[in-house]
Amino acid sequence: MHIMEGFLPPAHALGWAAVSIPFLAWGLRSMARGLQAHPERRMLLGVASAFAFLLSALKLPSVTGSCSHPTGVGLGALLFGPAAMVPVGFVVLLFQALLLAHGGVTTLGANVFSMAVVGPFVSYGVFRALAALGLSRSVAVFMAACLGDLATYLTTSAQLAWAFPDPVGGFSASFSKFAGIFALTQLPIAVSEGLLTVLVVNAMARFNAHELRLLPVMALAKGKAA
Amino acid sequence: MKVRTGLTWAAIILLTVLPLWFAAAPPAEPGSAAPAAFSGADAHAQQAIGTIAPNYKPWFAPLFEPPSGEIASLLFALQAALGAGVIGFWLGMSVARERERKHAPERDANAD
Repeated sequence: MHIMEGFLPPAHALGWAAVSIPFLAWGLRSMARGLQAHPERRMLLGVASAFAFLLSALKLPSVTGSCSHPTGVGLGALLFGPAAMVPVGFVVLLFQALLLAHGGVTTLGANVFSMAVVGPFVSYGVFRALAALGLSRSVAVFMAACLGDLATYLTTSAQLAWAFPDPVGGFSASFSKFAGIFALTQLPIAVSEGLLTVLVVNAMARFNAHELRLLPVMALAKGKAA
Repeated sequence: MKVRTGLTWAAIILLTVLPLWFAAAPPAEPGSAAPAAFSGADAHAQQAIGTIAPNYKPWFAPLFEPPSGEIASLLFALQAALGAGVIGFWLGMSVARERERKHAPERDANAD
């Protein structure tokens, strides 16, 4: 989902940065406040961040014959709320933009918006909805991580289609083209991310049951432990 | 629980490995060469931009580019290693803590 350096026109690049900065500020505040009130959560926050670092470095082959990577931000969104994952996603994307020429500084705002804002918020929303419906924790975690991952790639497709509408078919033709590249490739990878997230949450439920019970989001799903 | 964990791992591995056999290289964009098999989706999107807006010129270049594919994979491996290291530390600590708490002869504590 990395839009390459310089591949968004300046107006779009600035616009997405302007949209992402308030989310980043909100995320930093929510993270700082959360850690101040609950210092014992530091370990799990570290694990959630490490999960995002690890997964977004893995480029996996997919059914379309191209490679793409999971995002790993769904886990943290479920544990600490979606805002807390904005700074984490930002750090990952900044690292890749500065050292790997993967993504870019000018497209950082747009990439932060898709991976660190839309992804976590979709994951969080899906989890709350499914938990409210009374589905088991594993199902809710799986769907949340999987759909959040897909939402990130659909967002990237929309961002590119908006910046580069098809000369004939306009936004929708362009969107289906980019979504064909990103979202289709992402399908099996999103499923993998969903499954991995379930595994990590299960491990946390086993080893950090006490902390997990005190997390506002996780408390919603009545633990039918897998 | 153990069986389900094993099955989940198997599904993840299959989802990753099977495309290597069954996926064909993506079709060529009109006017450009067929992309290499299993290249990055980001690069394909870049090509698609080239066909939609042939006159678009990227207006900013990366500040630093890994001098070779080897260096790039070094940095990606470093990123993954940092993440995996922290997760491994937590898992190891958790397993030890659980064992100590139970004061019991060790049960298999390989829940991951």
